[in-house]
Amino acid sequence: MDLNDWILSLHVLSAFALVGAMVIFWIMIVSLWGTDSTSRVASLMRVSQIGTVLVSVGSLGTIIFGVWLAISVDAFEIWDGWVIAAIVLWALAVELGRRGGKLYGDAGTEAERLAAAGTETSPVVAETFGASRALQFHAASSVLIVLLLIDMIWKPGA
Amino acid sequence: MIGVLAFSRPEFPLFLHVFGAMILVGAATTAVVAQLAPGVVMGDGDRMRRFSFRTLLFAALPAYIVMRVGAEWMYSKEFGDSTADDPTWIGIGYITADIGALLLLIALITAGIASRKAKYRLGKASGVVAAIALVGWIVAVWAMSGKP
Repeated sequence: MDLNDWILSLHVLSAFALVGAMVIFWIMIVSLWGTDSTSRVASLMRVSQIGTVLVSVGSLGTIIFGVWLAISVDAFEIWDGWVIAAIVLWALAVELGRRGGKLYGDAGTEAERLAAAGTETSPVVAETFGASRALQFHAASSVLIVLLLIDMIWKPGA
Repeated sequence: MIGVLAFSRPEFPLFLHVFGAMILVGAATTAVVAQLAPGVVMGDGDRMRRFSFRTLLFAALPAYIVMRVGAEWMYSKEFGDSTADDPTWIGIGYITADIGALLLLIALITAGIASRKAKYRLGKASGVVAAIALVGWIVAVWAMSGKP
């Protein structure tokens, strides 16, 4: 394996970390759909902590190794249309994911606090883990990530 | 028409394979963390064993099938007519996929029993088995992308 093979490998592993984190959050959202139980949400917060680490590593890894690859491989250029599209999709997906993650994270922290204090239910938690703004951000971010994957595989115009 | 074009291109099986594998890795990670991470709230054990079992059943297993269908489809398109030996990375992919399938089934069955009968150690064993499968799949991702 030469350097470019290693960069590609790290780029793909980062993409797996990023999409894997999105999947972790989706499983949590589906599992906690509409719940007002603070202890149920608090229980799953440790799963979300792994997701948060993976999404950070995956986001940074995909862009760093992706741009490095576009510069390093002779067949591609950083100004190729599909590369620029990928960077724009990445930036939008990361920002929307960050906003959704902040709303879910705040609700999770609140649930942990209430559970520790002995409060069993919370309308704020129920609202967030239902059809909320956080869900809209997460869904939009996920759609952009899938479009990013399609762009990476089909490489339109390459 | 667009659908027909998309299905006739060799990229579609690759997309199916990669997307399925990504969901499989995310679902397996979720199940492993749920089984092996220490509880924070009273009554956590039963809840997390059930969560882990359902994640393996409704997310990891279907994702594995999608990943495997994509792999076979792509293999038949890329190497179907070839009589030469497969490259090393294909071999790594097949070994990790086959052993991973067996480990996934063991983890799924043990998680189901652990969830139904509230068996703490069986739940942990399910998490360890799923973690071993997960490590194998990560090695497969490295081999598939780096092609050593």
